[in-house]
Amino acid sequence: MIMMNTLSLTHTVELIRLGRISRKRRWLIVTGILAILTFALCAAMLLLGNTIYPVRDVVAVLAGEEVKGASFAVGTIRLPRMLAGLLAGFAFGISGYIFQTMLRNPLANPNVIGITSGSSAAAVFCIIVLQSSKTVTSIASVIAGLATSLLIYVLSRGKSSFSIGRLILVGIGIQAMCNSMITYLMLIGEEHNLPAAVRWLTGSLNGVRMDELPSLIVTCLILVPLICMLSRPLMMLELGEQAASSLGVRTDPVRIMLIASAVILAAIATAITGPIASVAFLAGPIAVRLAGAGSANSIPAGLVGAVLVLAGDLAGQFAFTTKFPVGIITGIIGAPYLLFLLIKLNRRGDF
Amino acid sequence: MERSRLYPKHFTFILIVTIALFIVCVLASLAFGARWLTLSELMEGLKTLQSDTVTANILEKRWLRTIFGLCCGAALGIAGVLMQSVTRNPLADPSILGVNTGAALFVVCGMAFLRISTPQEYIWFALSGAMFTAIFVFGIGSMGRGGATPLKLVLAGAATTAALSSLITAVMIPRTFVMNQFRFWQVGSVGAGTWDSLLLFLPFLAVGALVAIFCAPGLNALALGEEAARGLGVKTGWLRFVAAFAGVVLCGATTAVAGPIAFVGLLATHVIRLLLGPDLRFLIPMSALSGAVILTGSDVIGRIIGSPGELEVGVVTAFVGAPLLILLAMKVKVRSI
Amino acid sequence: MSFKKHVYQAKDLVAGYDDRIILDHISLEIPSNQISVIIGANACGKSTLLKTLARIIKPTSGEVLLDGQPIHKIPSKQLAQVVGLLPQSPIVPEGITVADLVGRGRFPHQSMFGTWSRQDYEAVAEAMEIMHITDLANRHIDELSGGQRQRVWIAMALAQQTDILFLDEPTTYLDITYQIEILDMLTDLNRKYGTTIVMVLHDINLSARYADYLFAVRQGKLVAQGKPSEVITSELIKDVFGLDSTIIQDPISNSPSVVPIGRYHASGTIPTTIGGKVHVR
Repeated sequence: MIMMNTLSLTHTVELIRLGRISRKRRWLIVTGILAILTFALCAAMLLLGNTIYPVRDVVAVLAGEEVKGASFAVGTIRLPRMLAGLLAGFAFGISGYIFQTMLRNPLANPNVIGITSGSSAAAVFCIIVLQSSKTVTSIASVIAGLATSLLIYVLSRGKSSFSIGRLILVGIGIQAMCNSMITYLMLIGEEHNLPAAVRWLTGSLNGVRMDELPSLIVTCLILVPLICMLSRPLMMLELGEQAASSLGVRTDPVRIMLIASAVILAAIATAITGPIASVAFLAGPIAVRLAGAGSANSIPAGLVGAVLVLAGDLAGQFAFTTKFPVGIITGIIGAPYLLFLLIKLNRRGDF
Repeated sequence: MERSRLYPKHFTFILIVTIALFIVCVLASLAFGARWLTLSELMEGLKTLQSDTVTANILEKRWLRTIFGLCCGAALGIAGVLMQSVTRNPLADPSILGVNTGAALFVVCGMAFLRISTPQEYIWFALSGAMFTAIFVFGIGSMGRGGATPLKLVLAGAATTAALSSLITAVMIPRTFVMNQFRFWQVGSVGAGTWDSLLLFLPFLAVGALVAIFCAPGLNALALGEEAARGLGVKTGWLRFVAAFAGVVLCGATTAVAGPIAFVGLLATHVIRLLLGPDLRFLIPMSALSGAVILTGSDVIGRIIGSPGELEVGVVTAFVGAPLLILLAMKVKVRSI
Repeated sequence: MSFKKHVYQAKDLVAGYDDRIILDHISLEIPSNQISVIIGANACGKSTLLKTLARIIKPTSGEVLLDGQPIHKIPSKQLAQVVGLLPQSPIVPEGITVADLVGRGRFPHQSMFGTWSRQDYEAVAEAMEIMHITDLANRHIDELSGGQRQRVWIAMALAQQTDILFLDEPTTYLDITYQIEILDMLTDLNRKYGTTIVMVLHDINLSARYADYLFAVRQGKLVAQGKPSEVITSELIKDVFGLDSTIIQDPISNSPSVVPIGRYHASGTIPTTIGGKVHVR
């Protein structure tokens, strides 16, 4: 190959390099801060409560010792709550980010298109009607999530090309149906009380127990690294099917793996905490705004999700005179953003 | 417009079928409940309605509930037709557009902060809530290119519904008395009414229905297009405003006495539209009739499958109406990526 | 200077969507190190042909061969190092910088971690210099005009450093100035690096001017191929486009130029060219 004017080339290379370094630095700083924030919120979840235990007691309980009073409060109540919030938040965050990136639309995420409500309905069904174990509930939840995704995809495909508008409309319909089913199931299960309703309709961390968590932990440990490995192909998919394909990405297997991972993560999290409103929807855009577009933002999105859930739960527990479940708080945060986004997209002429 | 037929095809047949369904639903509504009445008991009871027998008492309560269901269903059916005509949007249903939720929010806030508790008070709060929400949703949905397309309106409605629902739950959670009141208002839904609140509701229904019937010819013209309608001498601005106002009032009043009920407008109008075509002079009364059938029928179903308690009629209508929404979504022209 | 040669062939291609057949038994060979343009009326299948050649669409029957090997058997990343495509309506993610977008073209050459090597930097820099967008390196895509964006996209395809480049209507929607600019830049690429370029172009006259070789497609069949001076005749234009026309010699480039004959403004006289000058009798 003929080398171009070497001097100007080196200059351009420097220009590009400097730009990249500064963007990378920003990404690292933002991710670092998010990680520290998450850690701080986790600590707060363990320390705060009706009784505030000293740090060394908390550490002792974590190490496995028996400390009077703290063992129950921290070990049995707060620890599973914190872990559920952390992992579910992370799962919802990454899941939403993947959907939004692959479908190239911030409105397309498991919350809005109804996938989490399908999982929630299945979870409620298992718990109330089948009285099944935690593992079975999780599996059923995942299957329902995948089935709902497939259903929504098939229904919104139509004769011509794929349409995001149709997807959302179908999602609204499916969500309405699932919420009906959930209400009905709770009625016949005589659990038609507000706490249970809220958990399965908007998401809550109340009453989570340690034995519910293994499925979520295992799934995160498997799928999050997988998603990280696929994050560069995802960046290529962002450019469109054809561009990604011409860059050497095997689009069909990659897409299926990414969407399946996203659905499974959202479904497993939903089986434990219910569909925590708005987290999957908000995490991606916030992460991209902070860390910068153009890089693989799965980890920041997960961290933002965790921050939202943990902070939302803490706010729900301590900021007001009554306790609100996390889903209500995040729902109220997400609603104005949803409206704002609609206005922006309408102005831009996307619909 | 062709004037080859005065009545839509098979009109008499469909009318008879609908009336038959209507009667079945009424009878079912009277017969089913905590204690099921057989047909003969029912006949006996109807004859001796004034007396004080057990059957008569049960019947009296159920009569009230049935009539409530019929009136509310009719109101929602008419409101659905009006909204669909005004917005030229087959997906327009007051619940999808968030109007019902807005009405409910205002009532709940009234319950929580101003301690309202009578139907008279509910109505005014519900009406204002319905009004504000309609304006808000329409405003957001109209932004940007192309005005208020079906998709944009539904999206705006869905987003607003989600937002307002969170607010409703947020207001309710700390206040058990509000929760109880709300539940009573909603579940009793058509059953929580008293003769007084029915009397309060009827004028709204009557006015709404009359306005709808007067607007029918103009709305028929509007369906041909804005310019075409104006060319025919229709004052489109006024017509839209009056029809929309009537629609919102009908929903607001219904929500006020029965709580938020979803999808009835969508269900009632589309079935009729499929069968009888788009002429509003027939669509409006038939939608009223079918709305009444659907709501009462759903109420009966809710009572049956929810027994010994009962399932809110809104839950049943959502379950039945959502598939229709999905079907429509698959057919509606949306801009594709 | 000898350029790398590849043999790129299509053998008896049949392709389509769902149950519609669009390409009807097409066989051709792309001339190596030259600029080829596929011309034809709308919906004749030229875009489908390009996409099938570029491995975006899998043919129903027949095959596309690179140096004798069917391209569907070549691993994706490996093929992407030799064959690149600029799609017709590229999708631009929001908020991304020009350098990042061009850099994505290096994906086929990079490992899973995506760290940039010296060669990656140089490829991106060169691509940006060829397309004259070096001063835009750290700007956001959203701020750029349509013409600039198209240049960024082409730079991304160039950064891929493929020997063969397919472009699907790279100049549609652009002002005529940009059209000429981009076609000139692509010609630079071909003359300096020997890149085999295959394009679908809308404008028949620009096609005739810039192409070394033309493929004419009508209703899914290849009806003519060859140098523009041989292929562009009024019979062909009538056959492919259904248009009456007369062919003159373009006074700037000496390539054939199509002058359409409509129902109006035809003064009845047919111009001819004599000695490079256009005369009207």
